[in-house]
Amino acid sequence: MLRYTLTRLLSLILSLAAASVVIFLAIEILPGDPAAMMLGVNAQEDTLAALREQLGLDGTPWQRYSSWIGGLLTGDFGISYTYRTPVAEMIGARLQVSLPLALYALGLSTLIAFPAGIWAASRRGKMADIGVMGVTQLGVAIPNFWFAMLMVLVFAINLRWFSAGGFPGWDAGFWAGMKALTLPAVALALPQASILARVMRSSLLDTLSEDYIRTARAKGLTRAQALWRHALRNALIPVLTIIGLQFSFLLAGGIIIENVFYLPGLGRLIFQAISARDLIVVESVVMLLVFAVVLVNFLVEIAYAIVDPRLRRA
Amino acid sequence: MTRIFSAATFASVIALTAGGAFAQARTDLTLAMQLEPPHLDPTSAAAGAIDSVTYSNIFEGLTRFGADGSINPGLARDWEISEDGLSYTFMLRDGVTFHDGSAMDAEDVKFSLDRARAEDSANAQKGLFAGIETVEVMDPLTVKVTLSAPNGMFLFNMAWGDAVIVAPESIETIKTAPVGTGAFKFDSWAQGDSITLVKNQDYWGEPAQLDRATFKFISDPTAAFAATMAGDVDVFSAFPAPENLPQFDADPRFNVTIGSTEGETILAMNNKMPPFDNIKVRQAVAHAIDRQAIIDGAMFGYGTPIGTHFAPHNPDYVDLTELSAYDPEQAKALLKEAGVEDGLKVKMTLPPPSYARRGGEIIAAQLRAVGLDPQIENVEWAQWLETTFKGKDFGLTIISHTEPMDIAIYANPDYYFQYDNPEFQKLMEDLNLETDPAARSEMLKTAQTTIAEDYVNGFLFQLPLHTIAKTEVEGLWVDMPTQAADLTGVYWAE
Repeated sequence: MLRYTLTRLLSLILSLAAASVVIFLAIEILPGDPAAMMLGVNAQEDTLAALREQLGLDGTPWQRYSSWIGGLLTGDFGISYTYRTPVAEMIGARLQVSLPLALYALGLSTLIAFPAGIWAASRRGKMADIGVMGVTQLGVAIPNFWFAMLMVLVFAINLRWFSAGGFPGWDAGFWAGMKALTLPAVALALPQASILARVMRSSLLDTLSEDYIRTARAKGLTRAQALWRHALRNALIPVLTIIGLQFSFLLAGGIIIENVFYLPGLGRLIFQAISARDLIVVESVVMLLVFAVVLVNFLVEIAYAIVDPRLRRA
Repeated sequence: MTRIFSAATFASVIALTAGGAFAQARTDLTLAMQLEPPHLDPTSAAAGAIDSVTYSNIFEGLTRFGADGSINPGLARDWEISEDGLSYTFMLRDGVTFHDGSAMDAEDVKFSLDRARAEDSANAQKGLFAGIETVEVMDPLTVKVTLSAPNGMFLFNMAWGDAVIVAPESIETIKTAPVGTGAFKFDSWAQGDSITLVKNQDYWGEPAQLDRATFKFISDPTAAFAATMAGDVDVFSAFPAPENLPQFDADPRFNVTIGSTEGETILAMNNKMPPFDNIKVRQAVAHAIDRQAIIDGAMFGYGTPIGTHFAPHNPDYVDLTELSAYDPEQAKALLKEAGVEDGLKVKMTLPPPSYARRGGEIIAAQLRAVGLDPQIENVEWAQWLETTFKGKDFGLTIISHTEPMDIAIYANPDYYFQYDNPEFQKLMEDLNLETDPAARSEMLKTAQTTIAEDYVNGFLFQLPLHTIAKTEVEGLWVDMPTQAADLTGVYWAE
């Protein structure tokens, strides 16, 4: 197990190093001078030069890359060009929205998907199964931003139960915060839940046709008992993979949902930073997201090994 | 039992009526706008969103814009201009304090102006201060500014958001915790979401009627519509989705106002690049454009046609739209005269705003109808600034120039459309030296006519300002003579 963990850890570090180079290069070749963006069309040459110097944009790419990485390693993410505040602080503030939102959506999605998937698998071919498959087919097909707008129309504009968007901050209280995140979380969770339920169902059905289940059934277990005692645990591996992928997607991929609900999250931060050419923010946020993805993958791989001991020797 | 019940009912009726009679008008307001300011220092960035939040509300200048674009006294209650037009002596208001309690005096004015024109200044409009030779403190309430040459625009320039008075004590934190002299104090900023201001109890002038004002940032047009409809915001300034306006207009909860801005939207032409270096081609392009079709197609019918680079609400505006009236036959003839072969490919660069992207498609079709073949290239802002504006690598582009009174850009032969007319340059120099209002007015009219007759650019329309507000909200600016959401006079009608 230790060797397995160490190999995975090494690959995590290598992925991060490679990602940092790619991110830096990709952003370096984006056209557009951040100083010119900030000062607009009436800016004079000497003003631009003064600002570039203030921002540290006049160094060589190598100098800038090493100071960026050096900073990241010591927890100093630099100062945002446009906002002029520490990037770490900005990311911290945005995570207070994006992280709970991602967890909320993931929680909802699992809460819907597990029972639905298990139910459908245990009633294979019956009405329940057909119903779940039909609804999830729809859930996968409907784009989440469209569903989000539909919910805004119904619950914010017509019924006035929720705000159309925005986030009051956790200072306003836990429930006020949760309320503001509810519509976005549901919008994010629905397609995820549909995918997860389908994976859960097919994975369970696969394991149910394995030899050991037949053995269990032969020993007198009912189909349901075999499912709960033996199949479920083994069916979890593909489900875990999907959950891992979904979490990183939810953390980063809320961009559209964050825009629809004008939530001050990471997705919106990166969107604004790209259009304002706030390169240091873009670099740091993307790096953070890569880190999240790689870390989640790592944790999922560790979880595989726990669920399936055979993998530990791989 | 009945008696108790009725007594209780009676009491609650009394309570309700009393509550109604003594109900106070609301004193808080949530105003939404599309863009969030990057920071809150109006003196070191070009972002209009900074001025929208801070202008007049937090920061004030020596002079200030009125809602109609007039120049009014601000922190300077009065001024004297010397005979030769070179020195301005500003008499400051007495008893003005910054939000941190320190006094606003002549030293602060000197500090602000010297900082803006310093060599290492990051002021986006440094040109406004270029003519200042010295700033002298005469006494705590008097400042004398000496110019190197007379400048008829000086008082106007001092009203810009980039020329507000700041204090040396609070300059370090101005970007995140601005300290000004205005009727509102900065309270808090939830980045990505909103900025809150509170009433300044010690304001020197007419105090604000709102106790609390929240600026909320909603960039997506669909979200803007939803938030306004759901009643989450009280006012949406510069509403981004004109297609939704009729719906708000029909809703008794809202007032929709359509005002004017300083945004001249033009089809800029590269006056140095063939074929646009030929006036006949530029004239042909101008005649090929059907402005109303562009306003209808790209702006849902909102926008005032213009025939020159000047705001129609300005008293000196001359309507020159006839000079470039829609006449495709004449355009074809002019192109033929200029020897332009049919179907000549020209490069048309379009920045992100929808007036440019949608308008560009329509203009391209109109130009194809007369024999030019525009090749559309959509670019991001950063790229537009780099290649089109700075690099001058374009044939045609569409852009709204939102700086107030910016006709002088035509006197700079190095400006991106590269119009080089010594006569016009001389006229602008003379205009700067002229302080007599009647003479200035004449010169401005000549200037408008000159650029229209030279067909420097295709002049399209003045950008409209759509504001949606709950019907009880009073005192908002209808027009936008400068980027500002001035809340100092806003209140809730009962």
